[in-house]
Amino acid sequence: MRAGETLRLLFRGPTALAAAAVLVLLVLTAFLGERLAPYDATGTDVSNRLQGPSADHWFGTDELGRDVLSRVILGAEVSLRVGVVAVGISLVAGVLIGLLAGYYGRWVDDVLMRLSDVLFAFPAMLMAIAVLAILGPGSTNAMIAIGIVYTPIFARITRASVLSVREEVYVKAARSAGAGDLRIIGRHVLPNVTAPIIVQTSISLAFAILSEAALSFVGLGTQPPDPSWGRMLSEGRGFVEQAWWMAVFPGLAIFVTVLAFNVLGDALRDVLDPRQRQAMAGTGVTA
Amino acid sequence: MSRYALRRLAQSVAVLLGVSVLVFAIMQLVPGDPVRAALGQQADPETYQALRERAGLDDPVPQQFVTWIAHAVTGDFGVSFRSGETVLSLILERVPATLSLALGAIVVALLIAIPLGTASALRPRKPVDWFASLSSQAGLSVPDFWLGIMLILVFAGTLGWLPSSGYTPLTEDPAGWLEHLILPAITAGVSSGAILTRFVRSSVLESLGQDHVRTARAKGMRARDVLTWHVLRNALVPLVTVGGVQLAYLLSGVVVVEFVFAWPGLGQLAFQAVESRDYPVLQGAVLLFAVIFLLVNLVVDLAYARLDPRITYRSAR
Repeated sequence: MRAGETLRLLFRGPTALAAAAVLVLLVLTAFLGERLAPYDATGTDVSNRLQGPSADHWFGTDELGRDVLSRVILGAEVSLRVGVVAVGISLVAGVLIGLLAGYYGRWVDDVLMRLSDVLFAFPAMLMAIAVLAILGPGSTNAMIAIGIVYTPIFARITRASVLSVREEVYVKAARSAGAGDLRIIGRHVLPNVTAPIIVQTSISLAFAILSEAALSFVGLGTQPPDPSWGRMLSEGRGFVEQAWWMAVFPGLAIFVTVLAFNVLGDALRDVLDPRQRQAMAGTGVTA
Repeated sequence: MSRYALRRLAQSVAVLLGVSVLVFAIMQLVPGDPVRAALGQQADPETYQALRERAGLDDPVPQQFVTWIAHAVTGDFGVSFRSGETVLSLILERVPATLSLALGAIVVALLIAIPLGTASALRPRKPVDWFASLSSQAGLSVPDFWLGIMLILVFAGTLGWLPSSGYTPLTEDPAGWLEHLILPAITAGVSSGAILTRFVRSSVLESLGQDHVRTARAKGMRARDVLTWHVLRNALVPLVTVGGVQLAYLLSGVVVVEFVFAWPGLGQLAFQAVESRDYPVLQGAVLLFAVIFLLVNLVVDLAYARLDPRITYRSAR
C-alpha cells in the first residue's frame, strides 16, 4: 500500500485524526519546552506554595511553589525522550532477533525464541524494576530497562511475519538468482514485514511512556529536580487532599498521551494489518 | 497425557531453567559486593562474613548456581540480608494479600467486561458499542497509579466512604478486608477489564453468527434464552483461558498498585527489596513471579487444548 493511500485510510475517521493532532502538539511542546513554559520549572518560590489553579498559575503550584503547568510542559520532553529511546532499543534489538530467527529457522530460531520466552516469563514492570536494581535508578537506565522489557514482543512479531514472507515466490526467486542472505533480508524480507512492526511501535510507545511514568512514580526512573510526569504524580500523592491539582494534571498528561498513541496504534492496525487485530483480540497482548 | 501437553511441559521446564539463570544473575550483576551494599560500610564484620557464607558468595560461580538452584527447588531461597528471616517465610506472609488483590481485580474486570462486551456485541456500531470501545481504550491507557490516587481523592478523601490504604486479613475481619480491597481491586482491575471487554465483544459476535444460534432463533426460542443458553455459554468458555492469562498478570504485575495503596503484597516485597538492596529477597520474589506466570500460562494452554481439540503443538507454537 502506498504512503498516500495509507494516510488517507488512516485519517478517514475523526479519532485517529484527533490522536495525531494530540501527538503533534505533544512533540511541539517537547521541542519548545522552556520557551513555552511560563515559569522556570525547577525554580522554587516557597511564598507561593500549594496555590490552586489561577490566572497566574493555570495548573496551580506545588509544595515548593513551582509552577505545575511549566513542569508538565517540561515533563513532555522527558516522557517522549525516554519513550522513544526505549522503544528504539527494543525495535532494533527485537527486529534483528526476529529477522534472524524467522529467516534462518532451525536451531537459530529455537535458541532465540526460547531466550525471548525467558524474557517473556517476567512480568514487564517487575523485569524493569529488577534491571534498575542492577543498573541503579535514573532516566537513562530506565530507557535501557524498558527497552529490554519490550524487545521480545518485537522479536515475536517480526519472526511471525518473516516466517510467511520467506516462503514467498519473490524471496525464492532472489535466492535462485544468487542473492546473498544479507541482501535477501535487507531488500526483500524487511520491507515486507514492516506493517506489524509499525503498529507495534505505536502501541509500545504508549506502554513505554506509561512504564517510565510508573518507574519514576516509585522513585526508580527520572530523578529530582528534573520534572517527570510520574515523579510529579508521586510528589502530588502526598498532598492529594490539600492540593489535588498536583496529582490531577500530570496524570491527565500521561493519560492523554498514552491514549493518543493507543488510538493511533489501533487505527494503524486497522489499515496496515487487519489480520493481527483479529488474532490479538483475545490474547490481551498489548505491549 | 497427550503429546502436545508433554511438549508444552518440556518447553516450560526449559524456559524455567533460563529464568532461573537470569534470576541468579541478579546477584552476580550487582556492581560491587551485594552483602556490603545491603549492610553498608559500618556493618559488623561477623554478620557480614556470616551472610556472605550463608549466601555462598565465596564459592566459584557455577557452584553457587548449582547450590542456589538445588536449594530453590526445595523452597529455600536463602535469608534476607536485612531481617535475617528466611525469604520463603517473607514470601508466604505476603501471599494472602496478593491473592486477595488479584482475585478482587479479576472479579472487577469480569464485572466490567461481560456486560459491556455483550451489550456492544449485541448492538454493533450503536452508541453502546462506541461507549464500550471508548471505555476499553481509556481503560488501557489510564495509568493505574493515577487512577488509584484519583479514587483515593474521591472515595477516601472527599466522600470518606472507604479507607485510603492498608490491608486487613480476611480471617481477622471480613468486612474490613472487603472495605480495604475495593479501591485497589478497581484500580488493578480496570485495564484487565478493558482487555476482556474487547475479547467478550469479539467472542459474542462470533458466537452470534453460528448455525446453532440461527437454528435456535428459527425454532422460535426467546431472544433472552438464545443469548443465555446458546450465545453466552459458548462465547464465555474461551474467556476462562483469557481470564487466566489476566489473572497471571494480576498476580505478578500489580507492583505499582500495591505501592499506591500500601498493600503488603509480593509486589511491594520485591520493591522494598530493591530499595534496601536485599538481593536474596528480590531473587526469591522475581523467581516466584516468573514461576506463577509460567504455571498459569501452562495451565491455560493445556485447558485451551482440552477445550478445543484442534489445537496441536505445531499450531500453538
